[in-house]
Amino acid sequence: MRTAGRAEWTKLRTDATNGWLMLGMVVLTLAAGAAVAMTSRCDATGCGGDPARLSLTGVLVGQVVVAIVAVLMVGDEYSTGMIQATLAAVPRRLTVLFSKSAVLTAVTLVAGTVSVLGSLLIGGLVQPGRGFTEDHGFAPLSLTDGATLRAAVGSVLYLVLIGLLGLGIALVVRNSATAVGIVLALLFVLPILTQVVADPDCQRHLRQISPMTAGLAVQTTVHVDELPIGPWQGLGVLALWAAGALAAGGRLLGARDA
Amino acid sequence: MTATLTPPRTTARPGRGGFGQLLHAEWTKFRTVRGWVWSTVGAVLVICLVGLLATAAGNTADPQGSSALPVGPGGEAVNDSFYFVHQKLRGDGSITVSVSSLSGVVQRGPDDSGSGLAPWAKAGVVVKDSLDQGSSYAAVMVTGRHGVRMQYDYTHDIAGASGAVSQEAPQWLRLQRTGDTLTGYESADGSSWTEVGRANLSGLSAAPEVGLFVTSPSVEDETGTGTGFAPAVATGTFDEVALGGGWTGGSWASDQVGRDAGTSASYSQDTHGGATPSGGGFEVTGAGDIAPVVGGPAGSGVRTVENFLVGAFAGLVVMAVVGAGCVTVEYRRGMIGLTLAASPRRGRVLVAKGLVVGTVAFLVGVVSAAVMVPLGGQRSQAGGFPVLTVPAATELRVVAGTGLLLAAASVLALAVGALLRRAAVAVTVVVVGMVLPYLLATASVLPDGASRWLLRVTPAAGFAIQQSVGRYDQVVTVYAPSSGYFPLAPWTGLAVLCAYAGVSFAAAVVLLRRRDA
Repeated sequence: MRTAGRAEWTKLRTDATNGWLMLGMVVLTLAAGAAVAMTSRCDATGCGGDPARLSLTGVLVGQVVVAIVAVLMVGDEYSTGMIQATLAAVPRRLTVLFSKSAVLTAVTLVAGTVSVLGSLLIGGLVQPGRGFTEDHGFAPLSLTDGATLRAAVGSVLYLVLIGLLGLGIALVVRNSATAVGIVLALLFVLPILTQVVADPDCQRHLRQISPMTAGLAVQTTVHVDELPIGPWQGLGVLALWAAGALAAGGRLLGARDA
Repeated sequence: MTATLTPPRTTARPGRGGFGQLLHAEWTKFRTVRGWVWSTVGAVLVICLVGLLATAAGNTADPQGSSALPVGPGGEAVNDSFYFVHQKLRGDGSITVSVSSLSGVVQRGPDDSGSGLAPWAKAGVVVKDSLDQGSSYAAVMVTGRHGVRMQYDYTHDIAGASGAVSQEAPQWLRLQRTGDTLTGYESADGSSWTEVGRANLSGLSAAPEVGLFVTSPSVEDETGTGTGFAPAVATGTFDEVALGGGWTGGSWASDQVGRDAGTSASYSQDTHGGATPSGGGFEVTGAGDIAPVVGGPAGSGVRTVENFLVGAFAGLVVMAVVGAGCVTVEYRRGMIGLTLAASPRRGRVLVAKGLVVGTVAFLVGVVSAAVMVPLGGQRSQAGGFPVLTVPAATELRVVAGTGLLLAAASVLALAVGALLRRAAVAVTVVVVGMVLPYLLATASVLPDGASRWLLRVTPAAGFAIQQSVGRYDQVVTVYAPSSGYFPLAPWTGLAVLCAYAGVSFAAAVVLLRRRDA
């Protein structure tokens, strides 16, 4: 397991694309978060704004890069035929799955933590100038605040789970383009469908099961009781999606010829 | 014994390459890859399936709901509800009134009604084909805050003198019929008249309903959480009513046109429409609107054509995968070497690929939209949701536009795929460029200004081609991306997307020529 993990890490580290993608993820998350922090404003008490969530909007963009890295970890092996060498070296296929997941988790944890902390820092600097002041009922963003800490930790875990979801789906379909298409459709098309469905009950249920809407509930720090699903429960829904995808991927990896 | 080999006859002249052959070769490649054919069929199915899901819910709030909105002469859904003091008058003639007051009541909460007047509350004279909702009309009126107006056939609006009316400064209005032409006049004193505008209502009945009307749309109500609309009624006082020309007075009848006030307003619990004679005229109270139906909070509960096409987002992802895949797979399999050897003019190879993929995507979009638009409308009405009918030309634009949208997106994916040679990244670029900005702009995550900006400069601008709801200065709603209004006109928006596709395609051609395969 240890050697298998090291092998996965070497594979990930030595493809220059991955380094650029992870750097791109951090930069995009920070840039999108900063852009939102600099355009949103709060003019009065009760404006309904959520400073932590607004600062962390960049996660919406960052998750896409995490999904690509995860999908390419598997898809590239299939497209180059490297998967045969991998499976010859590590014949226990579940070990391959676990080592890939572990390396991806570790890398995403680091990149995710950097981008989440950076986003909150930018938000904390910019937002007081945009009306998110104590006069309007907002304490400065700080990780000592329970809800903000939950949003920060939750966002990092969210990114990790998106990565694992992508990894699982890529193992199922064995083609990067298709896998990325499926992940992005799951993330983005479900919320758009939710906007159109007219029945409020239907809408609430769709919000509870869409991986992105449910998972990002963890970023909410105000009016938490009005969410369609609780913050940790929402992240749990995403975890179920990721676990399901990994289980399916692991099973097919074990059952199929490479 | 050796047979002499006769060289095969070539139909294409040497050196010309034959673009037709190239196109045929690319089509053969496309058609023989099972995954792409299934994806194409799957794209049609997924667009329809998501569309069916979106229209699955029934109207639980108002189960028997008003399932159909009246349709105006131009083919668009309209609100046509007002209080009408009328009589049938034959031939040519004119009606003249003076309006000396227009006031209103707004119901902002269950126990919170106060005086207030909608900017587009209307009181004036109208000549209307019949009492049926949606029939042709021309009217000249005073409004809450937009002065004198001449409006006809719901979508037309001509401005007259500005300013409000009062007891001291009444406004005189006259509407004159000559054949099919209706001319509106205004006057401050009842003796010197100015023309406001004229309308040609072809096919107007020989004996239309002529009379006085008052109506008031709901009033925009800013709350902490967003813009709502509060029911409102208006009361207008008509002092002098005089008929002229060939029209001679009979007795006036008074009726509410339209059962309720449509999507625009409604009577609140303690207000209702009515007319009482006073002096030589009437005092008339009414609610509703005579105007086209718009989207946004003012038209909540109404389904629009683009609602049925929400599946296009899913179809777009599928076609992006196909578009990017059909060039990157050649690199992966080394087939690109063979393709370029067979056809050394590299630009043409990419053009042929683009034509094949673009045409397939266009057909996917048109076929699924042509199925979903009528089907979605039928299901919505069966479920008790009124559907915002649009003129046939708009519907055609939305259906063809969905095809063009998918075609442009798949060509963009193909070009980015040729540039990056990595399908996964190309698919992501297209989806993040098109779907994510749309989601951010419409999900009320960003402030309105930022949303509009996103839908102007990103490829997501192309979705404007699917907008079926109209924008009218004389109807108040929230004209923002969150209520389905794009900042760019339909074809301009599509042009932005096409510009992205075109520039990427040109870059891909240049790079394909320069780079080693």
